[in-house]
Amino acid sequence: MSSSPILKVSDLSKQFGGVRAVNHVDFKLTKGELLGLIGPNGSGKTTIVNLITGFVKPTAGEVYYKDRKITGWAPYKVVRLGVARTFQMVRPFYQLPAFKNMIIPLYSPRVKGLAGGKYGDRDAVALDLLEEVGFERDSFVAYKPASVLPQGYLKRLELAKAIALQPDLLILDELFSGLSLAEVASIVPIIEKLRMEGKTIIMIEHRLKELFRIADRIIVLNFGEKIADGKASEVMESEEVKKAYLGTEAG
Amino acid sequence: MKRRRERIDRGIKVRSEDIFALCSWREMLYLAFPRLLPIVGLILLSFVLSIYWQKVLLSVSVFALLAISWDILAQTGMISLGQALFFGMGAYLAGIMNHTWGLSPFITIPVATVSGGLFCTLLLLPVLRLRGIYFSMVTLILPLMLVRIVEATKIFGGTEGLSGLGALPSRWVELYTVILALLAALFGLRRLMGSDFGLVLKGINDNDRSVMSAGINIYWFKAQALFIAGSVGAFAGAYMTHVYMFVGMPVFALDYSILPIAAAVVGGTGTLAGPMLGAFILVPLSEILRGLGGLRIVFYGLFLVVFTVALPEGIFHYIARKYHQFERWVEVDT
Ligand SMILES: Nc1ncnc2c1ncn2[C@@H]1O[C@H](COP(=O)(O)OP(=O)(O)O)[C@@H](O)[C@H]1O
Ligand SMILES: [Mg+2]
Repeated sequence: MSSSPILKVSDLSKQFGGVRAVNHVDFKLTKGELLGLIGPNGSGKTTIVNLITGFVKPTAGEVYYKDRKITGWAPYKVVRLGVARTFQMVRPFYQLPAFKNMIIPLYSPRVKGLAGGKYGDRDAVALDLLEEVGFERDSFVAYKPASVLPQGYLKRLELAKAIALQPDLLILDELFSGLSLAEVASIVPIIEKLRMEGKTIIMIEHRLKELFRIADRIIVLNFGEKIADGKASEVMESEEVKKAYLGTEAG
Repeated sequence: MKRRRERIDRGIKVRSEDIFALCSWREMLYLAFPRLLPIVGLILLSFVLSIYWQKVLLSVSVFALLAISWDILAQTGMISLGQALFFGMGAYLAGIMNHTWGLSPFITIPVATVSGGLFCTLLLLPVLRLRGIYFSMVTLILPLMLVRIVEATKIFGGTEGLSGLGALPSRWVELYTVILALLAALFGLRRLMGSDFGLVLKGINDNDRSVMSAGINIYWFKAQALFIAGSVGAFAGAYMTHVYMFVGMPVFALDYSILPIAAAVVGGTGTLAGPMLGAFILVPLSEILRGLGGLRIVFYGLFLVVFTVALPEGIFHYIARKYHQFERWVEVDT
């Protein structure tokens, strides 16, 4: 089984009206791999995440997860199989304390199923998970309402909500955007640790320097099409990739 | 000895959310008072009111139940314009059971409560996916459609309705059935909405994508909220059938849809207690204004407008805020 991919996306396309957001994209992902998905704004990265996690139904093509066809499945069913994602735009429950924000994922059937039908003490688990992503326990920051937390903590909270689902495949949509260098530097080890635990990870990032340091492989999208796929160093050599990035930089 | 003023809830607030380490009878009273008020208030009212006003209290309680039911849905992100659907469904189910099989109200009311909730949920299941105003439109139309079906097919007594139905044994049983139901709904559902289950429901209202991505089937949870709200509304309808000893097309009237919303808005949504308070203000007000004849609606409308403009947060939120700001004198060491 080790040879069969954990995720296979084949000939995936999505059209919004006249916009071809994703156009005939193919790729496979082996277990334990960390894939960086990059491309200019509007190149279809988030749409691919939405297609895999069931938030958007494809116009054409298939998604396979652990050899199972999950194309067009409802998001909650995809999560049950072990795929978790974060959102580019974080929208926590602002009036609730950070740790109470964790209750909803901890309430999900996936968590209950993995715990053998028991939920356990959700508040305690929530606090443990938040500590894992950098909510220092002695600072009591986990008890503060989300409305007063800085962006860095909100992103960590978003990450903790996804980790709470104990996923095998974790998809992070621009987790680093809006964060300072120091904040990014403090989150990188958390992701490396998740990887050591054997999780397969897809990271969508604009912070290429940080991404290239941890990613095994990079896929570049432009106008919904995959224009490069390979090691970071190889990919950035490609003329097409240079053009795509220069193109957006220039205009 | 120097003194300064501090908020009474100060000592309570600094402790954890659910665990109260109460130090004095004053703190205990401070916490217990808002909880005891509806219980003691309703029991007292039932004794001091004249028979006529007891009937008003009964009708107030029924609208309070419908308003609480509305608030459950609203907190889950479903704005219902058709509380009459729940009310009418419960009313007809109880009436039919009593009429055809001669079942006692003590059986028809609970059975109509559960089956009414179930039928309403099944009816609305196909539109759970609709968001916002689209869902609301369907809830508005369904009771109006059911009325026309009863009228056209002449089932269940057609336009005549079913009369001569069984009554509850006595005036006191009648009154206390609804008072107990109202208190149970208020405290039970407030507790439910404060639990993790309630958190999921509120999460669906706030950000349904985030709840979906947490692996939760939001339609299953919306259906459960619908069942709860539908059952509360169906109870109110079934109960009224046995109070009037009659069920007919008026049970699907717009009043049962609109008044609960007005009550929720005036009282303050999102708390269940607010909508109940709203019903306790609006229904008696409507009774008092009865003497004004045609001008009644004008004054009633005026009151609604003034209140929503002056206290857009709702009366309950306003009172709760003031209550938390109560101060007391404390001695300060110098
Ligand atoms: N729900 C939607 N409806 C219409 N167009 C959309 C929708 N989602 C994305 N798009 C369009 O699809 C394209 C790709 O968007 P997206 O996947 O968000 O890009 P990225 O995440 O790479 O910045 C954009 O042109 C965007 O406007
Ligand atoms: Mg994006």
